[in-house]
Amino acid sequence: MAGFDKRVSSYEEAMEGIEDGMTVIAGGFGLCGIPENLIAEIKRRGTKDLTVYSNNCGVDGFGLGILLEDRQISTIYASYVGENALFERQMLNEEITVVLTPQGTLAEKMRAGGAGIPAFYTATGYGTPVGDGKEVREFNGRPHILEESVVGDFAIVKGWKADRYGNVIYRDTAQNFNPMAATAGRITVVEVEEIVEPGELKPDQIHTPGIYVDRIIQGSFEKRIERRMVREG
Amino acid sequence: MALTREQMAQRVARELEDGFYVNLGIGIPTLVANYVPDDIDVMLQSENGLLGMGRYPTEAELDADMINAGKETVTARTGAAIFSSAESFAMIRGGHVDLTVLGAFEVDQQGNIASWMIPGKLIKGMGGAMDLVAGADNIICTMTHASKHGESKLLEKCELPLTGAACIRRVLTDLAYLEIENGAFVLKERAPGVSVEEIVEKTAGKLIVPDHVPEMIFD
Repeated sequence: MAGFDKRVSSYEEAMEGIEDGMTVIAGGFGLCGIPENLIAEIKRRGTKDLTVYSNNCGVDGFGLGILLEDRQISTIYASYVGENALFERQMLNEEITVVLTPQGTLAEKMRAGGAGIPAFYTATGYGTPVGDGKEVREFNGRPHILEESVVGDFAIVKGWKADRYGNVIYRDTAQNFNPMAATAGRITVVEVEEIVEPGELKPDQIHTPGIYVDRIIQGSFEKRIERRMVREG
Repeated sequence: MALTREQMAQRVARELEDGFYVNLGIGIPTLVANYVPDDIDVMLQSENGLLGMGRYPTEAELDADMINAGKETVTARTGAAIFSSAESFAMIRGGHVDLTVLGAFEVDQQGNIASWMIPGKLIKGMGGAMDLVAGADNIICTMTHASKHGESKLLEKCELPLTGAACIRRVLTDLAYLEIENGAFVLKERAPGVSVEEIVEKTAGKLIVPDHVPEMIFD
Protein backbone atom coordinates (compact mmCIF):
# COMPACT_ATOMS: atom_id res chain seq x y z
CA MET A 1 0.00 0.00 0.00
CA ALA A 2 2.36 2.69 -1.20
CA GLY A 3 -0.51 4.76 -2.60
CA PHE A 4 -0.23 7.62 -0.17
CA ASP A 5 3.36 7.10 0.88
CA LYS A 6 5.11 10.15 -0.56
CA ARG A 7 8.52 9.43 0.95
CA VAL A 8 11.57 9.22 -1.27
CA SER A 9 14.93 7.98 -0.06
CA SER A 10 17.39 10.27 -1.79
CA TYR A 11 17.65 13.84 -3.03
CA GLU A 12 18.39 12.48 -6.47
CA GLU A 13 15.01 10.75 -6.43
CA ALA A 14 13.38 13.85 -4.94
CA MET A 15 14.29 15.97 -7.98
CA GLU A 16 13.91 13.26 -10.60
CA GLY A 17 12.39 14.64 -13.80
CA ILE A 18 13.70 18.18 -13.58
CA GLU A 19 14.88 19.31 -16.99
CA ASP A 20 16.50 22.28 -18.67
CA GLY A 21 14.09 25.12 -19.34
CA MET A 22 11.61 24.23 -16.61
CA THR A 23 9.87 26.59 -14.19
CA VAL A 24 10.62 26.11 -10.50
CA ILE A 25 8.68 27.73 -7.66
CA ALA A 26 10.62 27.99 -4.43
CA GLY A 27 9.48 28.72 -0.87
CA GLY A 28 11.49 30.87 1.52
CA PHE A 29 12.00 34.49 2.55
CA GLY A 30 15.62 35.62 2.52
CA LEU A 31 17.42 32.55 3.82
CA CYS A 32 14.56 31.64 6.17
CA GLY A 33 12.64 28.49 5.31
CA ILE A 34 14.45 27.79 2.04
CA PRO A 35 14.64 24.27 0.60
CA GLU A 36 18.42 24.35 0.83
CA ASN A 37 19.11 20.69 0.02
CA LEU A 38 16.72 20.60 -2.94
CA ILE A 39 18.48 23.68 -4.31
CA ALA A 40 21.82 21.92 -3.79
CA GLU A 41 20.48 18.93 -5.73
CA ILE A 42 19.52 21.18 -8.67
CA LYS A 43 23.06 22.57 -8.53
CA ARG A 44 24.51 19.03 -8.54
CA ARG A 45 22.43 18.09 -11.56
CA GLY A 46 23.51 21.19 -13.47
CA THR A 47 19.98 21.79 -14.81
CA LYS A 48 20.06 24.94 -16.94
CA ASP A 49 17.86 27.70 -18.27
CA LEU A 50 15.51 27.60 -15.31
CA THR A 51 12.76 30.13 -14.67
CA VAL A 52 12.51 30.59 -10.91
CA TYR A 53 9.77 32.17 -8.82
CA SER A 54 11.09 33.05 -5.38
CA ASN A 55 10.86 36.10 -3.15
CA ASN A 56 14.67 36.45 -3.14
CA CYS A 57 17.64 34.80 -4.81
CA GLY A 58 19.73 33.70 -1.84
CA VAL A 59 23.17 35.10 -1.08
CA ASP A 60 26.59 34.45 -2.55
CA GLY A 61 27.33 30.79 -1.91
CA PHE A 62 24.05 29.83 -0.25
CA GLY A 63 20.42 29.23 -1.14
CA LEU A 64 19.41 30.03 -4.72
CA GLY A 65 22.68 32.00 -4.96
CA ILE A 66 24.50 28.74 -5.69
CA LEU A 67 22.47 28.25 -8.88
CA LEU A 68 23.94 31.48 -10.23
CA GLU A 69 27.49 30.13 -10.09
CA ASP A 70 26.98 27.96 -13.16
CA ARG A 71 24.31 30.27 -14.61
CA GLN A 72 21.49 27.79 -14.13
CA ILE A 73 18.81 30.47 -13.73
CA SER A 74 17.89 32.42 -16.86
CA THR A 75 14.82 34.24 -15.49
CA ILE A 76 13.74 35.04 -11.97
CA TYR A 77 10.52 36.53 -10.62
CA ALA A 78 11.35 38.04 -7.22
CA SER A 79 10.41 41.03 -5.07
CA TYR A 80 13.86 41.82 -3.74
CA VAL A 81 17.24 40.66 -4.93
CA GLY A 82 19.84 42.95 -3.47
CA GLU A 83 21.97 40.76 -1.20
CA ASN A 84 24.10 39.02 -3.76
CA ALA A 85 27.17 40.34 -5.62
CA LEU A 86 27.11 37.60 -8.25
CA PHE A 87 23.43 38.28 -8.89
CA GLU A 88 24.08 42.00 -9.34
CA ARG A 89 26.84 41.26 -11.82
CA GLN A 90 24.67 38.88 -13.86
CA MET A 91 21.82 41.39 -13.79
CA LEU A 92 24.03 44.27 -14.98
CA ASN A 93 25.51 42.04 -17.72
CA GLU A 94 21.99 40.96 -18.68
CA GLU A 95 22.90 37.32 -18.16
CA ILE A 96 19.77 36.87 -16.09
CA THR A 97 16.30 38.29 -16.69
CA VAL A 98 14.84 39.75 -13.53
CA VAL A 99 11.11 40.38 -13.30
CA LEU A 100 10.70 42.40 -10.13
CA THR A 101 7.31 41.53 -8.72
CA PRO A 102 5.56 43.04 -5.69
CA GLN A 103 5.77 40.63 -2.78
CA GLY A 104 2.01 40.30 -2.33
CA THR A 105 1.51 39.84 -6.07
CA LEU A 106 4.16 37.12 -6.08
CA ALA A 107 2.42 35.29 -3.21
CA GLU A 108 -0.93 35.66 -4.95
CA LYS A 109 0.47 34.44 -8.29
CA MET A 110 1.44 31.20 -6.54
CA ARG A 111 -1.74 30.96 -4.47
CA ALA A 112 -4.00 31.59 -7.46
CA GLY A 113 -1.96 29.26 -9.68
CA GLY A 114 -2.34 26.46 -7.18
CA ALA A 115 -6.06 27.18 -6.87
CA GLY A 116 -6.72 27.03 -10.62
CA ILE A 117 -7.28 30.77 -11.01
CA PRO A 118 -5.38 31.90 -14.12
CA ALA A 119 -5.26 35.61 -13.34
CA PHE A 120 -6.46 38.21 -10.86
CA TYR A 121 -6.93 41.97 -10.63
CA THR A 122 -5.03 43.97 -8.04
CA ALA A 123 -4.50 47.66 -7.29
CA THR A 124 -0.88 46.86 -6.43
CA GLY A 125 1.44 48.18 -9.10
CA TYR A 126 -1.10 50.31 -10.97
CA GLY A 127 0.57 53.50 -12.26
CA THR A 128 4.05 52.01 -11.68
CA PRO A 129 6.48 50.22 -14.02
CA VAL A 130 4.93 46.94 -12.79
CA GLY A 131 1.65 47.90 -14.45
CA ASP A 132 3.18 48.76 -17.82
CA GLY A 133 1.46 46.90 -20.63
CA LYS A 134 -1.00 45.12 -18.36
CA GLU A 135 -4.76 45.24 -18.75
CA VAL A 136 -6.41 47.85 -16.50
CA ARG A 137 -9.95 47.62 -15.22
CA GLU A 138 -11.80 49.76 -12.74
CA PHE A 139 -13.56 48.24 -9.74
CA ASN A 140 -15.28 50.38 -7.09
CA GLY A 141 -13.93 53.48 -8.81
CA ARG A 142 -10.35 52.37 -8.57
CA PRO A 143 -8.03 51.12 -11.34
CA HIS A 144 -6.61 47.60 -11.02
CA ILE A 145 -4.14 45.67 -13.16
CA LEU A 146 -4.51 42.11 -14.36
CA GLU A 147 -1.78 39.79 -13.10
CA GLU A 148 -1.38 36.22 -14.33
CA SER A 149 -0.90 33.39 -11.87
CA VAL A 150 1.79 30.74 -12.10
CA VAL A 151 2.04 26.97 -12.02
CA GLY A 152 5.54 25.54 -11.92
CA ASP A 153 6.89 22.32 -13.37
CA PHE A 154 8.38 21.83 -9.92
CA ALA A 155 7.71 23.42 -6.56
CA ILE A 156 10.45 23.07 -3.95
CA VAL A 157 9.36 23.56 -0.38
CA LYS A 158 10.89 23.50 3.11
CA GLY A 159 8.67 22.23 5.93
CA TRP A 160 9.28 21.47 9.57
CA LYS A 161 7.46 18.16 10.01
CA ALA A 162 5.55 15.93 7.65
CA ASP A 163 4.00 12.51 7.73
CA ARG A 164 4.31 9.97 4.94
CA TYR A 165 0.97 11.14 3.53
CA GLY A 166 2.62 14.44 2.69
CA ASN A 167 0.81 16.48 5.30
CA VAL A 168 3.16 19.30 6.27
CA ILE A 169 3.52 21.83 9.06
CA TYR A 170 5.90 24.77 9.06
CA ARG A 171 7.76 26.33 11.95
CA ASP A 172 7.53 30.03 12.88
CA THR A 173 8.32 32.52 10.11
CA ALA A 174 9.96 29.76 8.05
CA GLN A 175 6.40 29.31 6.75
CA ASN A 176 6.38 32.43 4.48
CA PHE A 177 5.94 31.47 0.79
CA ASN A 178 6.16 27.73 1.37
CA PRO A 179 2.44 26.89 1.65
CA MET A 180 1.63 28.74 -1.61
CA ALA A 181 4.60 27.25 -3.43
CA ALA A 182 3.45 23.79 -2.31
CA THR A 183 0.12 24.21 -4.09
CA ALA A 184 1.61 25.54 -7.33
CA GLY A 185 3.88 22.76 -8.58
CA ARG A 186 2.97 20.08 -11.11
CA ILE A 187 5.44 18.12 -9.03
CA THR A 188 5.74 19.39 -5.46
CA VAL A 189 8.74 18.25 -3.46
CA VAL A 190 8.87 18.98 0.25
CA GLU A 191 11.94 18.55 2.41
CA VAL A 192 11.44 18.55 6.16
CA GLU A 193 13.42 18.30 9.35
CA GLU A 194 11.45 15.33 10.56
CA ILE A 195 9.12 12.76 9.07
CA VAL A 196 6.77 11.70 11.84
CA GLU A 197 4.45 8.74 12.23
CA PRO A 198 0.97 9.09 10.71
CA GLY A 199 -1.41 10.48 13.30
CA GLU A 200 1.25 12.46 15.09
CA LEU A 201 0.30 15.66 13.31
CA LYS A 202 -3.13 16.85 14.41
CA PRO A 203 -5.38 17.08 11.34
CA ASP A 204 -6.54 20.58 12.24
CA GLN A 205 -2.96 21.81 12.57
CA ILE A 206 -1.84 20.81 9.07
CA HIS A 207 -0.68 23.80 7.00
CA THR A 208 -0.25 21.95 3.69
CA PRO A 209 -2.57 18.97 3.17
CA GLY A 210 -0.90 15.99 1.48
CA ILE A 211 -3.02 16.30 -1.65
CA TYR A 212 -0.65 19.02 -2.89
CA VAL A 213 2.50 17.05 -2.18
CA ASP A 214 4.15 14.48 -4.45
CA ARG A 215 7.43 13.74 -2.70
CA ILE A 216 8.66 14.05 0.87
CA ILE A 217 12.21 13.77 2.09
CA GLN A 218 13.84 14.24 5.46
CA GLY A 219 17.03 16.29 5.47
CA SER A 220 19.39 18.15 7.72
CA PHE A 221 19.65 21.90 7.42
CA GLU A 222 22.27 24.55 7.96
CA LYS A 223 19.62 27.28 8.43
CA ARG A 224 21.98 30.18 7.90
CA ILE A 225 21.03 33.50 9.53
CA GLU A 226 21.20 36.53 7.24
CA ARG A 227 20.99 39.36 9.80
CA ARG A 228 21.84 38.24 13.28
CA MET A 229 20.37 40.70 15.78
CA VAL A 230 20.49 40.06 19.53
CA ARG A 231 19.76 42.10 22.62
CA GLU A 232 21.43 41.95 25.99
CA GLY A 233 19.63 39.43 28.13
CA MET B 1 16.34 73.17 13.34
CA ALA B 2 15.45 70.25 11.14
CA LEU B 3 14.13 67.24 13.04
CA THR B 4 16.53 64.42 13.87
CA ARG B 5 15.62 60.90 12.80
CA GLU B 6 14.62 60.19 16.39
CA GLN B 7 12.37 63.27 16.52
CA MET B 8 10.72 62.22 13.25
CA ALA B 9 10.02 58.80 14.76
CA GLN B 10 8.71 60.49 17.91
CA ARG B 11 6.36 62.68 15.87
CA VAL B 12 5.02 59.72 13.87
CA ALA B 13 4.47 57.79 17.11
CA ARG B 14 1.89 60.43 18.13
CA GLU B 15 -0.32 59.11 15.36
CA LEU B 16 -0.47 55.66 16.96
CA GLU B 17 -3.70 54.70 18.66
CA ASP B 18 -4.44 52.04 21.22
CA GLY B 19 -5.30 48.80 19.43
CA PHE B 20 -3.66 49.74 16.11
CA TYR B 21 -2.09 47.11 13.83
CA VAL B 22 0.91 48.87 12.30
CA ASN B 23 3.40 48.08 9.54
CA LEU B 24 6.70 49.92 9.84
CA GLY B 25 9.11 50.13 6.90
CA ILE B 26 12.89 50.13 7.01
CA GLY B 27 14.83 53.16 8.34
CA ILE B 28 13.12 55.96 10.26
CA PRO B 29 9.79 54.05 10.34
CA THR B 30 11.52 51.23 12.25
CA LEU B 31 12.51 53.72 14.97
CA VAL B 32 8.84 54.52 15.61
CA ALA B 33 8.62 51.28 17.62
CA ASN B 34 10.90 52.89 20.23
CA TYR B 35 8.40 55.69 20.91
CA VAL B 36 5.12 53.82 21.40
CA PRO B 37 3.50 55.57 24.40
CA ASP B 38 3.42 53.41 27.54
CA ASP B 39 -0.34 53.70 27.94
CA ILE B 40 -1.27 52.20 24.56
CA ASP B 41 -0.81 48.81 22.95
CA VAL B 42 0.00 48.40 19.26
CA MET B 43 0.72 45.24 17.28
CA LEU B 44 3.50 45.40 14.67
CA GLN B 45 2.97 43.56 11.39
CA SER B 46 5.99 42.19 9.56
CA GLU B 47 5.05 41.27 6.00
CA ASN B 48 7.02 38.01 5.91
CA GLY B 49 4.19 36.60 8.04
CA LEU B 50 4.32 37.84 11.64
CA LEU B 51 1.69 39.92 13.42
CA GLY B 52 2.98 40.90 16.86
CA MET B 53 6.68 41.40 16.26
CA GLY B 54 8.62 41.47 19.51
CA ARG B 55 12.10 42.57 20.50
CA TYR B 56 15.35 41.21 19.16
CA PRO B 57 16.09 37.82 20.73
CA THR B 58 18.62 37.23 23.46
CA GLU B 59 21.52 34.97 22.58
CA ALA B 60 19.56 32.08 24.11
CA GLU B 61 16.39 32.89 22.14
CA LEU B 62 18.14 33.25 18.77
CA ASP B 63 16.31 31.19 16.14
CA ALA B 64 16.94 31.08 12.37
CA ASP B 65 13.22 30.40 11.82
CA MET B 66 12.19 33.70 13.44
CA ILE B 67 12.94 36.75 11.32
CA ASN B 68 11.25 40.02 10.37
CA ALA B 69 10.73 41.55 6.93
CA GLY B 70 14.21 43.09 7.15
CA LYS B 71 15.56 39.53 7.56
CA GLU B 72 16.71 40.31 11.10
CA THR B 73 16.25 37.75 13.84
CA VAL B 74 13.30 38.72 16.07
CA THR B 75 10.91 37.31 18.65
CA ALA B 76 7.13 37.15 18.72
CA ARG B 77 5.34 39.02 21.52
CA THR B 78 2.48 37.65 23.56
CA GLY B 79 -0.62 37.63 21.40
CA ALA B 80 1.33 37.25 18.17
CA ALA B 81 0.26 35.19 15.16
CA ILE B 82 2.41 33.67 12.40
CA PHE B 83 1.11 32.84 8.93
CA SER B 84 1.94 32.53 5.25
CA SER B 85 2.93 35.33 2.86
CA ALA B 86 -0.48 35.10 1.15
CA GLU B 87 -2.24 35.59 4.49
CA SER B 88 0.11 38.46 5.30
CA PHE B 89 -0.69 40.27 2.07
CA ALA B 90 -4.38 39.54 2.44
CA MET B 91 -4.15 41.66 5.60
CA ILE B 92 -2.22 44.35 3.79
CA ARG B 93 -4.12 44.40 0.50
CA GLY B 94 -7.44 43.90 2.21
CA GLY B 95 -6.97 47.14 4.13
CA HIS B 96 -6.82 45.52 7.57
CA VAL B 97 -3.62 47.25 8.70
CA ASP B 98 -4.49 50.45 10.59
CA LEU B 99 -1.32 52.42 9.90
CA THR B 100 1.58 52.03 7.50
CA VAL B 101 4.75 54.09 7.86
CA LEU B 102 7.29 54.08 5.08
CA GLY B 103 10.09 56.12 3.58
CA ALA B 104 10.21 57.67 0.10
CA PHE B 105 12.50 59.38 -2.40
CA GLU B 106 9.72 61.65 -3.70
CA VAL B 107 6.06 62.42 -3.06
CA ASP B 108 3.91 64.67 -5.21
CA GLN B 109 0.82 66.82 -4.72
CA GLN B 110 -1.42 64.11 -6.21
CA GLY B 111 -0.30 61.68 -3.52
CA ASN B 112 1.95 59.67 -5.85
CA ILE B 113 4.99 58.11 -4.19
CA ALA B 114 8.36 57.01 -5.59
CA SER B 115 10.43 54.95 -3.19
CA TRP B 116 12.02 51.96 -4.86
CA MET B 117 13.86 52.70 -8.07
CA ILE B 118 16.40 55.24 -9.28
CA PRO B 119 17.06 54.63 -12.99
CA GLY B 120 20.73 54.02 -13.66
CA LYS B 121 21.37 52.83 -10.13
CA LEU B 122 21.20 49.23 -9.02
CA ILE B 123 17.59 48.22 -8.57
CA LYS B 124 17.03 45.78 -5.75
CA GLY B 125 13.27 45.52 -5.84
CA MET B 126 10.09 46.83 -4.28
CA GLY B 127 9.64 44.07 -1.71
CA GLY B 128 6.19 44.65 -0.19
CA ALA B 129 6.13 48.44 -0.66
CA MET B 130 3.76 48.48 -3.66
CA ASP B 131 1.31 46.23 -1.84
CA LEU B 132 1.51 48.36 1.29
CA VAL B 133 0.84 51.67 -0.45
CA ALA B 134 -1.95 50.20 -2.59
CA GLY B 135 -3.62 48.45 0.32
CA ALA B 136 -3.51 50.97 3.14
CA ASP B 137 -5.83 53.92 3.69
CA ASN B 138 -3.71 55.36 6.42
CA ILE B 139 -0.11 55.89 5.37
CA ILE B 140 2.51 58.24 6.77
CA CYS B 141 5.43 58.84 4.52
CA THR B 142 8.70 59.86 6.21
CA MET B 143 11.46 61.54 4.26
CA THR B 144 13.83 64.50 4.23
CA HIS B 145 12.17 67.57 2.77
CA ALA B 146 14.97 68.22 0.29
CA SER B 147 18.04 66.42 -1.01
CA LYS B 148 21.55 67.22 0.24
CA HIS B 149 21.82 69.59 -2.71
CA GLY B 150 18.67 71.41 -1.62
CA GLU B 151 16.37 69.95 -4.26
CA SER B 152 12.81 69.50 -3.07
CA LYS B 153 11.40 65.99 -2.72
CA LEU B 154 7.84 67.31 -2.44
CA LEU B 155 7.01 67.78 -6.07
CA GLU B 156 4.28 68.80 -8.46
CA LYS B 157 4.80 65.47 -10.17
CA CYS B 158 7.14 62.62 -9.18
CA GLU B 159 10.07 62.25 -11.56
CA LEU B 160 11.16 58.77 -10.50
CA PRO B 161 9.19 55.60 -11.33
CA LEU B 162 6.26 55.29 -8.92
CA THR B 163 5.67 52.85 -6.10
CA GLY B 164 2.00 53.76 -6.02
CA ALA B 165 -0.41 56.26 -7.56
CA ALA B 166 -2.57 58.70 -5.59
CA CYS B 167 -2.17 56.84 -2.30
CA ILE B 168 -0.30 59.18 0.07
CA ARG B 169 -2.19 61.70 2.16
CA ARG B 170 0.25 62.39 5.01
CA VAL B 171 3.93 63.27 4.88
CA LEU B 172 6.36 63.93 7.70
CA THR B 173 9.65 65.50 6.65
CA ASP B 174 12.52 66.76 8.75
CA LEU B 175 11.03 70.25 8.35
CA ALA B 176 7.27 69.82 8.44
CA TYR B 177 4.18 67.71 8.77
CA LEU B 178 1.94 68.07 5.74
CA GLU B 179 -1.26 66.60 4.41
CA ILE B 180 -2.20 66.20 0.76
CA GLU B 181 -5.66 67.49 -0.13
CA ASN B 182 -7.20 68.25 -3.52
CA GLY B 183 -3.94 68.23 -5.40
CA ALA B 184 -1.88 70.30 -2.96
CA PHE B 185 0.32 69.94 0.09
CA VAL B 186 -1.18 71.61 3.16
CA LEU B 187 1.34 72.71 5.75
CA LYS B 188 0.05 71.55 9.13
CA GLU B 189 3.05 71.79 11.48
CA ARG B 190 6.64 72.90 11.25
CA ALA B 191 9.77 71.67 12.99
CA PRO B 192 10.86 73.82 15.96
CA GLY B 193 12.71 76.88 14.74
CA VAL B 194 12.02 76.21 11.06
CA SER B 195 10.37 79.13 9.31
CA VAL B 196 7.39 78.91 6.99
CA GLU B 197 9.56 80.69 4.42
CA GLU B 198 12.14 77.90 4.45
CA ILE B 199 9.43 75.29 3.94
CA VAL B 200 7.88 77.29 1.10
CA GLU B 201 11.30 77.61 -0.52
CA LYS B 202 11.99 73.87 -0.27
CA THR B 203 8.59 72.69 -1.49
CA ALA B 204 8.40 72.43 -5.27
CA GLY B 205 4.81 71.20 -5.38
CA LYS B 206 1.76 73.36 -4.73
CA LEU B 207 1.75 74.32 -1.05
CA ILE B 208 -1.11 75.77 0.94
CA VAL B 209 -0.01 77.66 4.02
CA PRO B 210 -2.72 78.31 6.61
CA ASP B 211 -2.66 81.53 8.63
CA HIS B 212 -1.28 79.75 11.64
CA VAL B 213 1.24 76.89 11.38
CA PRO B 214 2.08 75.57 14.85
CA GLU B 215 5.56 74.40 15.78
CA MET B 216 5.98 70.80 16.84
CA ILE B 217 6.80 70.43 20.51
CA PHE B 218 9.26 67.84 21.79
CA ASP B 219 10.13 66.99 25.40
